[in-house]
Amino acid sequence: MSGGLEIRGLRVVFDGFTAVDGVDLDVRPGDLRFLIGPNGAGKTTLVDAVTGLVRAEGSVRFGGEELLGRSVHRIARSGIGRTFQTATVFEELTVLQNLDIAAGAGRSMWTMLRRRRDVPVPVARALETIGLTDVADSPAGTLAHGQKQWLEIGMLLVQDVRLLLLDEPVAGMSHDERQATGELLERISEERTVVVIEHDMDFLRSFARSVSVLHAGRVLSEGTVTEVQADPRVQEVYLGHAPEVPSRGADDGPDDGDGGAAVGAGAASAGDTAADAAVQEA
Amino acid sequence: MNALKGRAARAWYGFAAGAVLLFAVAPAALSDFRLGLFAKYLCMAMVAVGICLAWGRGGLLTLGQGVFFGLGGYAMAMHLKLADAGPGNLPDFMQLYGTATELPWWWRPFANPAVALAATVLLPVAVAALLGLLVFRRRVKGAYFAILGQALAAAFAIWLVGQQATTGGTNGLTDIQGFFGYDLHDPVNQRMVYFVIAAVLLLVVLLARQLIHSRYGELLVAVRDAEERVRFLGYNPANVKLVAYVVAAGTAGLAGALFVPAVGIISPALVGIVPSIEFVIGAAVGGRASLAGAVLGAVAVAWARTALSEEFPAAWTYFQGLLFVVALAFLPGGLASLPAVVRRRRAAAPVAVGEAA
Repeated sequence: MSGGLEIRGLRVVFDGFTAVDGVDLDVRPGDLRFLIGPNGAGKTTLVDAVTGLVRAEGSVRFGGEELLGRSVHRIARSGIGRTFQTATVFEELTVLQNLDIAAGAGRSMWTMLRRRRDVPVPVARALETIGLTDVADSPAGTLAHGQKQWLEIGMLLVQDVRLLLLDEPVAGMSHDERQATGELLERISEERTVVVIEHDMDFLRSFARSVSVLHAGRVLSEGTVTEVQADPRVQEVYLGHAPEVPSRGADDGPDDGDGGAAVGAGAASAGDTAADAAVQEA
Repeated sequence: MNALKGRAARAWYGFAAGAVLLFAVAPAALSDFRLGLFAKYLCMAMVAVGICLAWGRGGLLTLGQGVFFGLGGYAMAMHLKLADAGPGNLPDFMQLYGTATELPWWWRPFANPAVALAATVLLPVAVAALLGLLVFRRRVKGAYFAILGQALAAAFAIWLVGQQATTGGTNGLTDIQGFFGYDLHDPVNQRMVYFVIAAVLLLVVLLARQLIHSRYGELLVAVRDAEERVRFLGYNPANVKLVAYVVAAGTAGLAGALFVPAVGIISPALVGIVPSIEFVIGAAVGGRASLAGAVLGAVAVAWARTALSEEFPAAWTYFQGLLFVVALAFLPGGLASLPAVVRRRRAAAPVAVGEAA
């Protein structure tokens, strides 16, 4: 179990509102875990707590080290990186400069005060991996939305994090960009642990190795995509909110494209179908 | 890559042109009186170099540079006053107002020229480091940081005025005669002071350029634009900002120290709220993110101040306020950003026409 992420009894309270309410979560090294759940389920807050952005109770260990109580930059230095829902890159700096900064948290004062003479090897490798070598000298602000997300992932790679926490990395991407991102995440997760918050069920079915469903600050269900989608509690939760996991999809298996279409379809009709299924199962 | 080389080459030509202007053209073209004024403008430009780094590159609106300018200036002036008075004697103003018959303890170290010279930079640096540590660790930002600077400048000026017996009060330290053994009334020595100031300015510009183009400089811009993101990369933004703030303070201190022999006075009116804002205006008008812009802007605004005050003594303050507002509202990058803005407009114009058609 050592080397992975171990969360025990995690609680985050904002002014009396409990956003995360006693979450236990284990992610093995090399996993590609998807965190899903309705809006307000506490997914982003969970990531905020792990990365030190909000105060939390309980225990978060990564590779055996306790993270809670450390400051944001110290947690980052112990090998944990994250992205945000809206891509945040340094827009005025070039792609290369963005990556170089991400690679440099351990640099000495002397190195910092000198100019960058060449492209560091990890930076060149990351440029290759995220496919941005051609635009290395362009300001990051001029990149397309998808490219910015890849740049953020590249920044995590050169930062050499062992745990990547990605908050909706494919939101707003085209179909081809999603496919490319998914394949990128699969490659990355061979050597590192990846946790993805995602609403896109098509994307989830294609790339998730395991799934945790959060609801009202708790873990509702956990398992493979098929297991989770077959879980009646999951179907019930999604009925009361946005019906993002249509029950049809569960039967059709991970390679089905129709399930995704249902996500985009009218909420009422998808909800009705799921409601019927739930009623039958009850 | 070519564009980068072109930019570096242009910067070197600009620097060389600046050096020729400072060391050959200005001394030949200007009268002793005008050269003295020019030396004063160069001190303003030196402060602007620090502001360019801290504000332009680091996003720290330093509205309290008067404090650091003053610390440097007073450190230098205290030494010069003691040297003027001669060993064992009190400076003239203390004999005039003072009830004390001996030198206050905190004046004594400044009798030593090496200590005083070091203090002109180290004193502002130490104060800025202490203040910066407190402020940046607590994540004080934006307008709050700017107001803090102003409050500090006000407090410093008020304290100086209140300590009439030991600081010269409202008058400040005036009537400075000599500069390390050279008589400041001699025009030849005044020219020497000018050359020292010009040389130090060029050195400070070189230092700032190195910082701006180093990896640290890139990181500083990153902190300015997305501080939280930098934190998640494993850096402590507080330390990054601290370096820029401290360097800016040291530069301002140096400028204050050199201002004293050039002008012959340092007083609370030169370090309070208004001068602190004036330091920023030059950089804002010229272009705070560009070294050349900040330096030229500071010199231009200081020169315009003299020229306009000679013609319309009352109007300058209004004009100055207007300048600041117009620059920030309509040209946030200052005059240095004008070519880029024009280029962008030109590039955008045909597209718009094409779409309309």
